[in-house]
Amino acid sequence: MSLPWTPEEMMAIAAARLLPDGRTCFVGIGLPGTAANLARRLHAPDLVLIYESGPIGARPPVLPLSIGDGDLARTADTVVPTHEIFRYWLQNGRIDIGFLGTAQIDRFANLNTTVIGDYRSPRVRLPGAGGAPEIAAHAGETLVILRHRRRAFVARLDFVTTVGYLDGGDARERLGLRGRGPTRIVTDLCILEPEPESRELVVTSVHPGVAREDIEANTGWPVRFAPAVTTTPEPRPEELEALRELRARTEAAHGRPSGE
Amino acid sequence: MAEIVGLREAVAALVRDGDTVAMEGFTHLIPHAAGHEIIRQGRRDLTLVRMTPDLVYDQLIGMGCARRLVFAWGGNPGVGSLHRFRDAVEHGWPRSLELVEHSHAGLANAYVAGASGLPFAVLDGYHGSDLPVHNPDIRPLTCPFTGRRLAAVRAIRPDVAIVHAQRADRRGNVHLWGIVGVQKEAVLAAARSIVTVEEIVDELDAPPNACILPHWTVTAVCPVPGGAHPSYAQGYYDRDNGFYLAWDGISRDRERFRAWMERCVLGTEDHAGYLRAAGITLPPERTS
Repeated sequence: MSLPWTPEEMMAIAAARLLPDGRTCFVGIGLPGTAANLARRLHAPDLVLIYESGPIGARPPVLPLSIGDGDLARTADTVVPTHEIFRYWLQNGRIDIGFLGTAQIDRFANLNTTVIGDYRSPRVRLPGAGGAPEIAAHAGETLVILRHRRRAFVARLDFVTTVGYLDGGDARERLGLRGRGPTRIVTDLCILEPEPESRELVVTSVHPGVAREDIEANTGWPVRFAPAVTTTPEPRPEELEALRELRARTEAAHGRPSGE
Repeated sequence: MAEIVGLREAVAALVRDGDTVAMEGFTHLIPHAAGHEIIRQGRRDLTLVRMTPDLVYDQLIGMGCARRLVFAWGGNPGVGSLHRFRDAVEHGWPRSLELVEHSHAGLANAYVAGASGLPFAVLDGYHGSDLPVHNPDIRPLTCPFTGRRLAAVRAIRPDVAIVHAQRADRRGNVHLWGIVGVQKEAVLAAARSIVTVEEIVDELDAPPNACILPHWTVTAVCPVPGGAHPSYAQGYYDRDNGFYLAWDGISRDRERFRAWMERCVLGTEDHAGYLRAAGITLPPERTS
């Protein structure tokens, strides 16, 4: 079956819908930026985007390639020093939603962006923590977006960079973190949410055209489904149009490789 | 008291083998020209500090200048891996690289402690993360007033801080704006500092709350137009995103990387020579 949208587009649109207008959102690098800026063009024109490099209330005309592009500073309500972002704004509880990408996630929504393999002699060295550990600790809630692959959804993380629900149950509460933790994980196949008691991630919404077997085959643990699984509403024309227009303008703005 | 000198003289006088060097810039105003000059002068055994090591640190690491990296996020933003950084960590090429790894919040606070004359900073962070297991500069701390569990991070006190800024006046007062990252903290935490600038002007005419480094806090000011490329200088030129995309290919292969460095950095006299050799036109600032 061929759909008039790609799984990547479904993922960005499903994530954008989760960002309510008027809230403050700390935007991580990569996929979160696409979804957050799409939300701003659709139902959430007053979503306040905060980037770890310092811009508060940024309204970039195209998707920034980095977390500190000039568009972010030029369009922000204010630009503050980086330490201030993390101290006065994040640590002090002024962020409603932390929005993160990750390389790997486990069944309790802990995140690894540090290494695959042993820390001292890794098979793959990943970029590292960036702002994620404290974003996931202090934001009112955390959204995570990543492509659904078996190498990303793993039974056991080689390194816990950022805490979700540790080993489940009330382990997160016992750490005394301000934020509720990850509330929704959006992938190109489905949406997962932590089960109320165990805090294990369960599938709550399956994207149109995706079979349960696709999700099982791409998850590195025996993934469970919520008692009442819904089908994610398919992308509306205006959502697809806004996303494609944003992507096209971004590509035109960032140009082709140079300096080789 | 800032001296206005050439970049070659400043690096020769102020950056020594074995130094701890913080070259800061959060995407914006990254001091690439200064990094290239350190490579040209063949500095070794440096401890490099930076919140977001990107291309210029990839180059310093790939050229064997560093033995240790203090950092929080090392990648090619929006593109992918830093291949020279990965090669050093995964395969020890061209030499092994010791890592001292933080989160952004932790490292930003460590700079503030350094700039404040404190031995450590306090933050509500690192809870449950494996980072403190591998980094002895992150320790648990209990609040003496509330009993709350917090984290202490050792202050960053670089031998040399190097930043790029838009302008300085003839006395060496430096003015930077836009995304200012932790540049001011890095300079005030360091024993010595080099600031490269787009231009020297007669009068800064800056508003009272502008981010200013008074001339007596800076050791050397070096005029280097385009000195942030492929990063950007707000008000002067845009980020060369095309170069960041191209770097993925240049840096992926050891031989190709070496050849590019020979041609564009080691084989050139200065930053103007680099821009010519690499065929760079600084992207004009986009305003809409």
